[in-house]
Amino acid sequence: MTAITQPGPPLTQTHAEVTRDVVATLGTPSRGYYLALFGAVGMFLVGLGTFVMLLKDGLGLAGYVHPVMWLVYITTFVFWVGIGHAGTLISAILYLFRSPWRTAVYRSTEAMTVFAVMTAGLFPIIHIGRQWIFYWLLPYPNQRMLWPNFKSPLIWDVFAIGTYLTVSTTFLVVGLVPDIAAVRDKVSGWRKKVYAMCSLGWTGSDNQWRHYTRGYLYLAALATPLVLSVHSVVSWDFAMSIVPGWHGTIFAPYFVAGAIYSGIGMVLTLLVPLRKVLKLEHMITEYHFDNLAKLTLLTGSILFYAYLMEYFVGWYSANTFEQTTFFRRAFGPQWWAGWSMIICNAFVSQLLWFRKIRTNLTALFVISIFINVGMWFERYVIIASSLSNDYIPYAWAQANPTWADWGILVGSFGWFLMYFLLFARTFPIVAIQEIKEMIPMPRRKRGGAH
Amino acid sequence: MAAPVPGVLAAFDHIDGALDAIHELKASGHTDLTVYSAAPNHEIEAAIGHPVSRVRLFTLIGGLTGCTAGYAMTTWMSYDWPLLVGGKPIASIPPYVVIMFELTILIGALSTVAGMIILSIRRSVRGKPFHPRFSDDQVGIFAPCAAHQADAVSRVFTTHGAVEVTREG
Repeated sequence: MTAITQPGPPLTQTHAEVTRDVVATLGTPSRGYYLALFGAVGMFLVGLGTFVMLLKDGLGLAGYVHPVMWLVYITTFVFWVGIGHAGTLISAILYLFRSPWRTAVYRSTEAMTVFAVMTAGLFPIIHIGRQWIFYWLLPYPNQRMLWPNFKSPLIWDVFAIGTYLTVSTTFLVVGLVPDIAAVRDKVSGWRKKVYAMCSLGWTGSDNQWRHYTRGYLYLAALATPLVLSVHSVVSWDFAMSIVPGWHGTIFAPYFVAGAIYSGIGMVLTLLVPLRKVLKLEHMITEYHFDNLAKLTLLTGSILFYAYLMEYFVGWYSANTFEQTTFFRRAFGPQWWAGWSMIICNAFVSQLLWFRKIRTNLTALFVISIFINVGMWFERYVIIASSLSNDYIPYAWAQANPTWADWGILVGSFGWFLMYFLLFARTFPIVAIQEIKEMIPMPRRKRGGAH
Repeated sequence: MAAPVPGVLAAFDHIDGALDAIHELKASGHTDLTVYSAAPNHEIEAAIGHPVSRVRLFTLIGGLTGCTAGYAMTTWMSYDWPLLVGGKPIASIPPYVVIMFELTILIGALSTVAGMIILSIRRSVRGKPFHPRFSDDQVGIFAPCAAHQADAVSRVFTTHGAVEVTREG
């Protein structure tokens, strides 16, 4: 049992201590770090091997069975896009709300966002089968002057995910520049040269801060509607169709709440071990975990409500196909997936009403694993159950994922963790300048703090 | 390599001392001060008295460009290869709003970053001295001045508690 005891935000440190402690995380990695990195690379290689087999033999290796032509790859695509949402929520939306607890955790969540969206972006490409012509999705001048169908939600998705990846990467890099400069001024040798190049000549002059703070504010203001729109667009990939179980008007807010919920689940999964490995226990404290857990509880409860509404609307529609779809989700051949989703997401999150659980690291870590599993199953249930029984009963079929599906899923976790771990050792994982902004500078005279 | 700018550089441990020095130097006609700090600080911002950054213009122009480009691209491409389905309009605004929105955000964000870089370079710190402690825990003030003014400027810094004062250039 690992109860966290440090109360409140780390306002007792001096500016110099903040720099020292964060720069210390970039020193020689521990054995635990290398083990984690080794594991991540191993998982990635499993995915890479599977992908090579897919390139060689085609999508027949995956578990597609007509009419279930979207399965694990699209499930995992939606899962990773959702993971990304917590990062932008914490880094942009809570920035606009001036929420003080975000400062210690936002850099890691923002990095998580970028790598999660990078991972998500691979899946539509893997899923299309002829991966080498994925660029047909983009509007580019071609021989026949043939353009994409902009009325299709799938093309909206290309623009939404592309914009999200670009803007979240930009937001991460802009936030990093002053911190890289702080590291540059603390290290020596070749590392100093590399950090000096990455810091783009940052000195922290009044003129630089003047444009930086304004620009950062506008980036946050642009990223805020973006984060809400991206998963809405992803939900319309489903909701714009007439497939039973998909064409619900609640899909956009339902997906956005689920995305943030799953993202915070992943933040907890990453932060609990990371703060120990990087010795950041005094910076990422009970205060931060308590707030993350409250956000999990809020979004988990919204999701609980959405599940209830989804079943209610299915029943109230008086549409046989709609009712059958929801009946089969709970009692059909893949009932275990349906109940995993409900238990892991709707019920397990309700444990967070108790403060003792919200501030217990072990409990939070276990709950976060349940959330990750539950949210993957949510997307699997939505996709597989609806497609397996649509309006033509004689065409119904049950798809079952194969080794080619699981191999790519495992590989995606390896790909994501590999980048995250490399980032955590290369760049400051805690935002130095934002924490310093919260700590008043020393004064000769008493009073008069801003 | 830019030629060094002549002047006096001071380092402060205390924010109030630095602010007093900025006020006194500005009152004596030294308006082209460069103040370094490890984090943005409202008091320094107020003491320097810069107008609001024009980054917002870049954001606005970028956002409007993105929105217009989104509308123009979708509509033009729809008519360039018309697909008539069920008697519905060839170019239909509601679905194109998604593309217009995404491009508003995309071009708006990229021009904001371009604005931040361009505006920071315009009033460059090249040639002005800098000390690594300024990105750690000290406030630095550089006052460009001629050699005959250096003594008076140094005295202002020392009076207000500067822990280090050096003549540059």
